[in-house]
Amino acid sequence: MTIKIVHYINQFFGQKGGEEAANLPIELVNGPVGPGAALQGLLAGKGEIVKTIICGDSYFNENEGVACMGIREILEEIKPDLLVAGPAFNAGRYGMACGKVGEVAHGLGIATISGMYNENPGYELYKNYSYMVPTSNSAAGMRQALPAMAALITAWAEKEGKLGTPEEEGYMPRGLRVNVFSEERGAKRAVNMLISKLAGESFKTEYEMPVFDRVEPQPPVLDLSKATIALVTSGGVVPKGNPDRIESSSASKFGEYSIAGLQTLTCESHETAHGGYDPVACNQDPNRVLPVDVLRDMEREGKIGKLHDLYYSTVGNGTSVANAKAYGHAIAMHLLNAGVSAAILTST
Amino acid sequence: MKLEIGNIHVKALEFGQNTALSAGTVQIDQQELVGFIRELDHRIASVALDIARPGDKTRIMPVKDVIEPRCKVEGKGCMFPGRNPGDEAMVGEGRTHVLKGMAVVTTGKVVGFQEGIIDMSGPGAEYTPFSKTLNLVITCEVDDTCNQYDHEAILRKVGIETANLIGQLAKTATADDSRTYETKPLLEQAAQYPNLPKVGYVYMLQSQGLLHDTYLYGVDVKTILPTLLYPTEVMDGAIMSGNCVSACDKNPSIVHQNSPVIHELYEHHGTKYNFMGVIVTNENVTLADKERSSNYVAKLAVQMGLDAVIISEEGFGNPDADLVMNCRKLEDAGIKTVLLTDEYAGQNGESQSLADSTPKGDAVVTNGNANQVVHLPAMDKVIGHDTYANVIAGGWDGSLHADGSITAEIQVITGSTNELGYHNLTSIAG
Repeated sequence: MTIKIVHYINQFFGQKGGEEAANLPIELVNGPVGPGAALQGLLAGKGEIVKTIICGDSYFNENEGVACMGIREILEEIKPDLLVAGPAFNAGRYGMACGKVGEVAHGLGIATISGMYNENPGYELYKNYSYMVPTSNSAAGMRQALPAMAALITAWAEKEGKLGTPEEEGYMPRGLRVNVFSEERGAKRAVNMLISKLAGESFKTEYEMPVFDRVEPQPPVLDLSKATIALVTSGGVVPKGNPDRIESSSASKFGEYSIAGLQTLTCESHETAHGGYDPVACNQDPNRVLPVDVLRDMEREGKIGKLHDLYYSTVGNGTSVANAKAYGHAIAMHLLNAGVSAAILTST
Repeated sequence: MKLEIGNIHVKALEFGQNTALSAGTVQIDQQELVGFIRELDHRIASVALDIARPGDKTRIMPVKDVIEPRCKVEGKGCMFPGRNPGDEAMVGEGRTHVLKGMAVVTTGKVVGFQEGIIDMSGPGAEYTPFSKTLNLVITCEVDDTCNQYDHEAILRKVGIETANLIGQLAKTATADDSRTYETKPLLEQAAQYPNLPKVGYVYMLQSQGLLHDTYLYGVDVKTILPTLLYPTEVMDGAIMSGNCVSACDKNPSIVHQNSPVIHELYEHHGTKYNFMGVIVTNENVTLADKERSSNYVAKLAVQMGLDAVIISEEGFGNPDADLVMNCRKLEDAGIKTVLLTDEYAGQNGESQSLADSTPKGDAVVTNGNANQVVHLPAMDKVIGHDTYANVIAGGWDGSLHADGSITAEIQVITGSTNELGYHNLTSIAG
């Protein structure tokens, strides 16, 4: 079977010219061009480059939105089995473009195989979306890069997209965790690892422990009586009925809800959407997780200036650290824009 | 303690005129069993029985527990001891018969958000170990006087009592195969293999409240201090599940009955190491409890003279802190550790996977990324209620499609990322 490939290259490899042609908009041509022709030969019938997208590096990077839209339309129209991009070596703008088109293709469910130097910023930024073979830092390495890309494309075609590990297949780690079924169950692998560790033999952990960021504490609020305090929770407190359908685990969003004029939360007004802790105490009295009642007392007593009219809530249960970080960032921007002095974060 | 396990291989499970075991076929008198279950609690409103076989185009959801029918043939005590007055005897000694290859599965309206899915065929079946058993499925509903705690407790009782009743069929049967497991009292066990390193198993149990509880000899483990067990005790049901953390990494009772780390540790007991015993501990919600329990685990491990342990987690997020504390304190005490966990790395696997970390955790076995998205095609038959696909942990609004298919994270599948290493899923850097 021959797979259908679309190849993305820049103006230089598209034989349009050097820097003077870098503002060339997207051009779609039939068949392979430049390195594509050599690649097609190396594929020996396993893949056919049906179309080549040529785009100037400056054009792509300065008009990224438009360029991506154009490439998306082309991919939707042609429906290739695979997108191939580059190789980009250590060319920064070209690497960024190759990485970005990989992200566009990923959004359409199309895999991308590319090649670039491991220090190209396009690798660090877009490694999640493409299989990238390592290349040398300049086009002098073309003769090594193309066979490596061809081998990966061939493997991808033969294995129907189910590639093995970076070590087995020769692509750079994508920074992804990928599920596979192991020959031996987890308990047996654990015992074997224990035996190796006891014997002082080498063993390979299946998961390297993560390194966490540290958040520098902000300076203290000097005068609480003038401060606007916001409430933010990962405990899943939402208005009754969960209007935004925040998931009970692996939340895909956070909610913004008004508590303006509300003196307290009750079991009639609010509930938790969280599926990871015993919800009964929170559902009986949601103030236990989102302490609106106490903050209103403090507001009346003049201990704080004001309780912010909006609160933010998501479900921490099973939500990946990357998503949690993105929600935290977005919530912080809302609070900053609203002039909030400080926030109380409650977790469960 | 010495326990002989005799397996009777169940080759067929059918409804029939009477309840009996004959030539590997378990036959159930449906009417009689429904009557038995209804008598267990006056708040039970309805009971229905189904059989789901491997390969059937059947979906069971929301699943609460999976239990293996067993019975005591020789020795003290009963299966899942400590629940009823008079059942306080210690278990794990003598002879136990197992109806191997079948299970009792409980379902019914959702108690919380966490219960799971078992598909008997299709892509979902690959992710759950319970697609390979002949399942007697009980759909049990309770009346509206029940709060969530009552609801959970009644369903738990229905599953356990039914499994125990059916397990009685094995009492006089001839076992197809048998195996003896033995761990001696500490001093004798240490003396038996004086030149081998001493290893133990730190068995972490969920204990965070509704649908997150586990019972040891009938005691809610959030109220225990870490304690010692002979490994064979769990084979007689010393640990009972009351929890559905998220379905993927919840330990149904059948997983405790066949506790995989214990069985795998016995494989090299006396050759590669000396398997001294089990420390059971909890995963409570407060920091003080976490510190106390992990300190206690480290103390017991030192007291037992252990050189190395395997630590298994149950659940994720909050219990990652317990796992890390146990690892760090044991390694600090000079005891080598291997950790069993699963991952929440995001739907595309692009995130870091744990909520806590320690550089001491250099030997980790992962049982897969629970956030991975899977499409489960429609089945010919649904036992239970598939409408909950939109709310259970791992699903979202729109997970259930009009044609009956479901798109959700594998978090929704019972046992898919089981952290006792019961199944074969793992994650690699890709």
